[in-house]
Amino acid sequence: MSQNNRESFTLWKPSTQDNGGTWFLGILALVAIAVPTLNQLVPASSAAHLSVFGITLIGKYLCFGMLALAIDLIWGYCGILSLGHAAFFSLGGYAMGMYLMREIGPRGVYGDPILPDFMVFLNWKSLPWFWYGFNHFPFALAMMVVVPALLAFVFGWFAFRSRVTGVYFSIITQALTYAMMLAFFRNDMGFGGNNGFTDFKDILGFDLHSDRTRVVLLVITAIALGGAYLACRAIVESRAGRVMHAIRDAESRTRFLGYPVESFKVWIFVFSAVVAGIAGALYVPQIGIINPGEFAPINSIEAVIWVAVGGRGTLYGAIAGAVLVNYAKTYLTGAFPEVWLFALGALFVLVTLFLPRGIIGLVQTRSKER
Amino acid sequence: MSARDKRLSLEDVTVSFDGFKALNALTLAVDPGEMLCIIGPNGAGKTTMMDVITGKTRPHSGTAQFGSDIDLLKLSEPEIVAVGIGRKFQKPTVFERLTVFENLELALAGTRSFLKTLRARISAPQQERIEEVLEIIGLSNQRFSLGKILAHGQKQWLEIGMLLMQNPELLLVDEPVAGMTPQEIERTSELLRSLAGDHSVVVVEHDMSFVRSIAKRVAVLHEGHVIAEGDMDKVQNDPRVIEVYLGV
Repeated sequence: MSQNNRESFTLWKPSTQDNGGTWFLGILALVAIAVPTLNQLVPASSAAHLSVFGITLIGKYLCFGMLALAIDLIWGYCGILSLGHAAFFSLGGYAMGMYLMREIGPRGVYGDPILPDFMVFLNWKSLPWFWYGFNHFPFALAMMVVVPALLAFVFGWFAFRSRVTGVYFSIITQALTYAMMLAFFRNDMGFGGNNGFTDFKDILGFDLHSDRTRVVLLVITAIALGGAYLACRAIVESRAGRVMHAIRDAESRTRFLGYPVESFKVWIFVFSAVVAGIAGALYVPQIGIINPGEFAPINSIEAVIWVAVGGRGTLYGAIAGAVLVNYAKTYLTGAFPEVWLFALGALFVLVTLFLPRGIIGLVQTRSKER
Repeated sequence: MSARDKRLSLEDVTVSFDGFKALNALTLAVDPGEMLCIIGPNGAGKTTMMDVITGKTRPHSGTAQFGSDIDLLKLSEPEIVAVGIGRKFQKPTVFERLTVFENLELALAGTRSFLKTLRARISAPQQERIEEVLEIIGLSNQRFSLGKILAHGQKQWLEIGMLLMQNPELLLVDEPVAGMTPQEIERTSELLRSLAGDHSVVVVEHDMSFVRSIAKRVAVLHEGHVIAEGDMDKVQNDPRVIEVYLGV
């Protein structure tokens, strides 16, 4: 064999020209530095001052970016299209909400030291068993991860074992999130019915209405998003990531090579659900409310559109898509409230027709042409 | 030679589908390192025979033995792959959006569980094995090419390479040159001949000139059993073979 091949012996991987991930981490770091600076150091009278409203918006975008990241991991890399990921997001949010409700303590409207207001209102005499422990933050923190993971595991186990794939899988994930929504709407479920949880006072003793707490929450969200991105990237760049590609492109061939396809899918689905759950948990204290509307099927579909718009299969593209679409949503629902849904639908159709690889795909093609 | 020294021996294997005997008391043996070609008209039972060996179809009677002591009829499909029988299907299915190198990496024997593949690294011997197979299948210069841009013939070779990664003792190859250009056929014939010796190779093929170019021994299947066996010249002059093929 020729000398050339021997020389490239260790060079088994083509060098990737894609530095979008570095750009993304850089921008994220910039946000994490700029937000505290503009809020805390710039005086409120200055035009450059960032209000709590602005922080809340940015925090919301980052949480949605994390949800989009979770979806891209399974959809862009493993071909699993979940149209129910908002369910995991909401469960993480509810776990955080339960902690925040217990944290209110006797400061509620009815002044009950243990029971949250809605339980007093419903004439409940004692705390339901599943509310135990949520007054301890570490326990609540564990639940934000465990509950979405458990649901994803049970659901994924049955769905993937039964070889439910493609559009059928997407449909039952819609049914899942819809069923969760109906359940959480019921008052006797013990999660506040259609009002959900709100009126939070503080988190770990820090006042949720103070700018400083909100800035810290935003920085934590940015760090969590960066960490989740790096974890997802580590997975897709490992051999497991290549097996995921293989499953996406030729599932039965992968099985024939001896890979336990179902167990790969379950693991990756559970991991994705955990990322979505953490995103939801970070979302609730910043937005200040969680209610069953978060489980609405439309939310999951919107999240999939963010990923498609940004460009699936790149991870950072999904995050960019979430931020851009939500920015457009903030703007349009303010300026022309009635056109938002049409704009969203049109965006999805146009992206599907003309930008199969999303905005990131467009940027990559442009930079290659230069 | 007794049955013990054979790589693979099928004896009196019968498979019937609703009364139709796809295999009828088929008896066939493959020596270690031998290249055997199987030819026969459509419906002769060639694919069914492959299915029996790989555990996809269970025979109604007969025995299938691998090496001196492995009863293939007691093993599941993945177990049969694990004892060293690799099968290449007619239609090549390589992973289109992975590179040639990555295709071979995934075919490496060993690591299969999710948590292990998360941390898996290619060891030096594995790297060497991949390089070796890249050379055997002649795709060293395409190692970074995505599966989808390979030519049809190259996909077939890559698929054979993926089988080789698992170091099978017996390779079953179904119609390897269907749809290939003459140059590709030439190259495939070289490739398969180079594999015989280290591996036993069983090739099912319609292309007579290709069979002539690779096989020392040919078996003709008809209506589920072997009607002639031997070198190409002997088989082609066998009156029964002429009758079956030409309908005389």
